[in-house]
Amino acid sequence: MKNTKSIAVGAVMLCSVFTASVASAATTLESVKEKGHLQCGVTTGLPGFSQPDDKGNWTGIDVDTCRAVAAAVFGDPKAVQFTPLTAKERFTALQSGEIDMLSRNTTWTLTRDASLGLNFAGVNYYDGQGFLVKKDLGVDEASQLSGATICIQAGTTTELNLADYFRAKGMDFKPLVFDTSEQTVQGFASGRCDVLTSDRSQLAALRSKLAEPDSAKILPETISKEPLGPVVRQGDDQWFNIVKWVLSVQINAEELGVSSSNVDDMLKSDNPNIQRLLGTDGDMGAKLGLPDDFGYAIVKGVGNYGEMYNRNVGPDTPLGLDRGLNALWTEGGIMYAPPVR
Amino acid sequence: MKNQNIDSRPAGPKPWYDPQVRSIFFQIVAISLVFWAGWTLVDNTLSNMESRGISTGFGFLGESAGFGIIMHLIPFDATMSYGRTFFVGLLNTLLVSAMGIVTATIIGFVVGVARLSTNWLVAKLALTYIEVIRNIPLLLQIFFWYFAVLRNLPSPRQTMDVGDWLFLNNRGLYMPEPFAQDGFGLVYGALTVAIIGTVALRRWSRKRQLETGEIFPVFKVGVGLIVGLPVIAYFLAGQPLQWEIPELQGFNFGGGFVIIPELAALWVALSLYTASFIAEIVRSGILSVSKGQTEASKALGLPANLTLRLVVIPQAMRVIIPPLTSQYLNLVKNSSLATAIGYPDLVAVFMGTTLNQTGQAVEVVAITMAVYLTISLLISLFMNIYNRAVAIKER
Repeated sequence: MKNTKSIAVGAVMLCSVFTASVASAATTLESVKEKGHLQCGVTTGLPGFSQPDDKGNWTGIDVDTCRAVAAAVFGDPKAVQFTPLTAKERFTALQSGEIDMLSRNTTWTLTRDASLGLNFAGVNYYDGQGFLVKKDLGVDEASQLSGATICIQAGTTTELNLADYFRAKGMDFKPLVFDTSEQTVQGFASGRCDVLTSDRSQLAALRSKLAEPDSAKILPETISKEPLGPVVRQGDDQWFNIVKWVLSVQINAEELGVSSSNVDDMLKSDNPNIQRLLGTDGDMGAKLGLPDDFGYAIVKGVGNYGEMYNRNVGPDTPLGLDRGLNALWTEGGIMYAPPVR
Repeated sequence: MKNQNIDSRPAGPKPWYDPQVRSIFFQIVAISLVFWAGWTLVDNTLSNMESRGISTGFGFLGESAGFGIIMHLIPFDATMSYGRTFFVGLLNTLLVSAMGIVTATIIGFVVGVARLSTNWLVAKLALTYIEVIRNIPLLLQIFFWYFAVLRNLPSPRQTMDVGDWLFLNNRGLYMPEPFAQDGFGLVYGALTVAIIGTVALRRWSRKRQLETGEIFPVFKVGVGLIVGLPVIAYFLAGQPLQWEIPELQGFNFGGGFVIIPELAALWVALSLYTASFIAEIVRSGILSVSKGQTEASKALGLPANLTLRLVVIPQAMRVIIPPLTSQYLNLVKNSSLATAIGYPDLVAVFMGTTLNQTGQAVEVVAITMAVYLTISLLISLFMNIYNRAVAIKER
C-alpha cells in the first residue's frame, strides 16, 4: 500500500505542476506591485543604452526608460532590477515572464510585433544601420565593400538588413556572427573582419571601445530604418498602455518645457496641458491604474525625454550623438507623442 | 449447492490479490501517467502559446531566411529557406564532428601507445600531454586556439604563404582547389580496380597462408596498387586536373579551398581534448590484456610489431570500444560550443539566428534536440555493431 500511496502523491504533485503554469492570470501591474520592483531586460553592456558604470549602477537611455516606468508605478525610479540579455535571449525572456518589460535597443518590425506574442510600446530612439571600417582599408563608401568579411551580432535585424543590402547591390560578403557585441568588437579589432555593422548609435559606442578609436571610421550610408523601443508581452493592454504612456509623458514633458529641475515650480503652472501631465488636474493616472501624480514622478525621478537623451547619448557624452531624427517634431526631428488628455 | 462444490477447484487468489494481474495493472497505470504527463505538457504549451499570440507550427521552415552564412557545404544564399539553414548548420556540425573523430582517434591511439612506451622520455611526454589537456575545460582550449593563436595570424595583405599556392592568414588557410577535367574518369576507374584487386589479393593470400603457411605482404602491395594505379592513369590521361589557385581579391583571398579559423580552432581543440581521453582508454585496453598473452606470442617467435597487431590490439579492442563510443558522442555534443567562436554549426545557425528571426523557440529547440539525439543514437548503433564483431565469441 505504501507504493500506491506514493504514486498517488506523485500524481497529485504532477497535476499541480502542470496546472500551475496555466493559472498565473494576475496582470503584469499587479505582479510588479506585489514584487515591489520592476524586472527589466537590458543589454549585456552597450554604452549610452544600457551599461553598468564603475559602481555597478546601470545607466543608459534604455535603462532610464525602465526607471521611468518604475517611477510611474512606485514613485521611485530605483525600484528596478535589471536582467542582462543577449540579442538571442531577449524575446524568450519576455515571453516566458522572466522580465516585465524589455528595453534593449530592440528594432520594431512587423514579424516581431505580430508573431512573437509581443507588443512594441513606442520608440525611444530612431536609429539606422551603418558600417564601421578600418581607415587603412581606404574605403569611403559602402558600395566598395564587395567581398568583405563583416562582423555582426547574432539574432539582430542587422543580419537581415545586411544580406538585403548586399543582394540589392549585387555584391557578396562573408558574415561572421557572434553572440555578443563585445565579441564583434574583438573580431573587428583583431582584423578577423574588415567591417563591423550595427545600428549607427552602437557603432559610435563600439568605436569608442577600440584601443585606437581614430583608426576606424563610420561610413556615411545608413542602410535601414531601426526604430528602437520598449517591448511588453501581448495580452495585457493595461501594462502595454502604461509603458506606452510613460514614454509619451517624457516626450510631452520636453515639448512643454517641463524638466526635472523645474518640475516643482511647474506644479503651480496654470497651463492645462502641464496640469494634466503632472496630475494636478484630471485623473489621467487612475485611467492607467497608476497614481495621479505619475507624470510628476517620472519627470522628477528621470527627467523629460531630452534630459534622458542628453545625459546618456547626447553631444556632451562619450558617444556624442546629435539629436538628429530624435529631436522633437517642433525642432526638425520626428519625436512626436500623442497628447496627454 | 452440491454441484458447485464438485466443480470448484482450489480457488486461485482474487484478481486484486493476483501478483500477475497487479503487476500488469500498475504497469498500465504507470504508462498512462507518462503519456498523460507528456500530452498535458504539449497541450499546455500549445494552448498557452496560442493565448499569448505566439505563432506555432513548422510553416516557418519554408519561408525565406534572408540572412547569410559564412560557410556552407551546400549552395546557400539569403533567398533560400529557413529549412535550408537547418541543413547548412547540420552539415557544418557533421563536418567538424567527423574531422574531430578521425583526428582524435589517431592522436589518441598514438599517445595511448606512447604512454606505455619503454622509452622514458616518450612515456613522460605522453603523460604530460594527457594530464595537461584533459584537465583544462574545453571552452578555454577553444578560446586559446581561436583568440590566442589563430587571431594573431597576419592580415590577408601581409599573408604568410608557401610557394605561392598555400596561404595562411587570419581569414583562414587557403589551398588550391582541384577541378576534374575530361578524362578524369580514368583515374576513378583505376582507383576502383586497385581497391577490388587489393581485396581479392587479401583473400587469396589468406587462403594460401592457411594452406601453406607462406605469408604474402598484402599491405605493402595493396598500398602500392591503390596509390600507384591512379597515378599512372592520371599521367596516361594527360593530367586531367585543373588547380584553382587562391589569390588576393580586394579584402579577402578568392578562389581555391579555404578552412576558416573558426573551423580550425574548433577542430584542433576538439581533437586534442578528446584524444587525451581516448589515449587513457587505449592504455587501459592494452593493459587489460594479460602479460601471458605477450609472453606466449613471443615464445611462438612473433616479432614485437606482430605481437601488438595480432595478439594485443584485437583483445584490447574489446575493452576499448564501449568507452570510445562515449568519447565520440561527447565530441559530437561538444561541437556545439562552436557558437562561442562564431563557427556556423547547427546550434549557432539554426538555434541562434533562425530561432531569433522566427521567434519559434519551441519548434527550433525540439528539432535541434532531436537531431543531436539521432546523431548520438546512430553513432552508438554503429559502434555497437562493431563491438559485437570484435567481442569474445563464446563457443
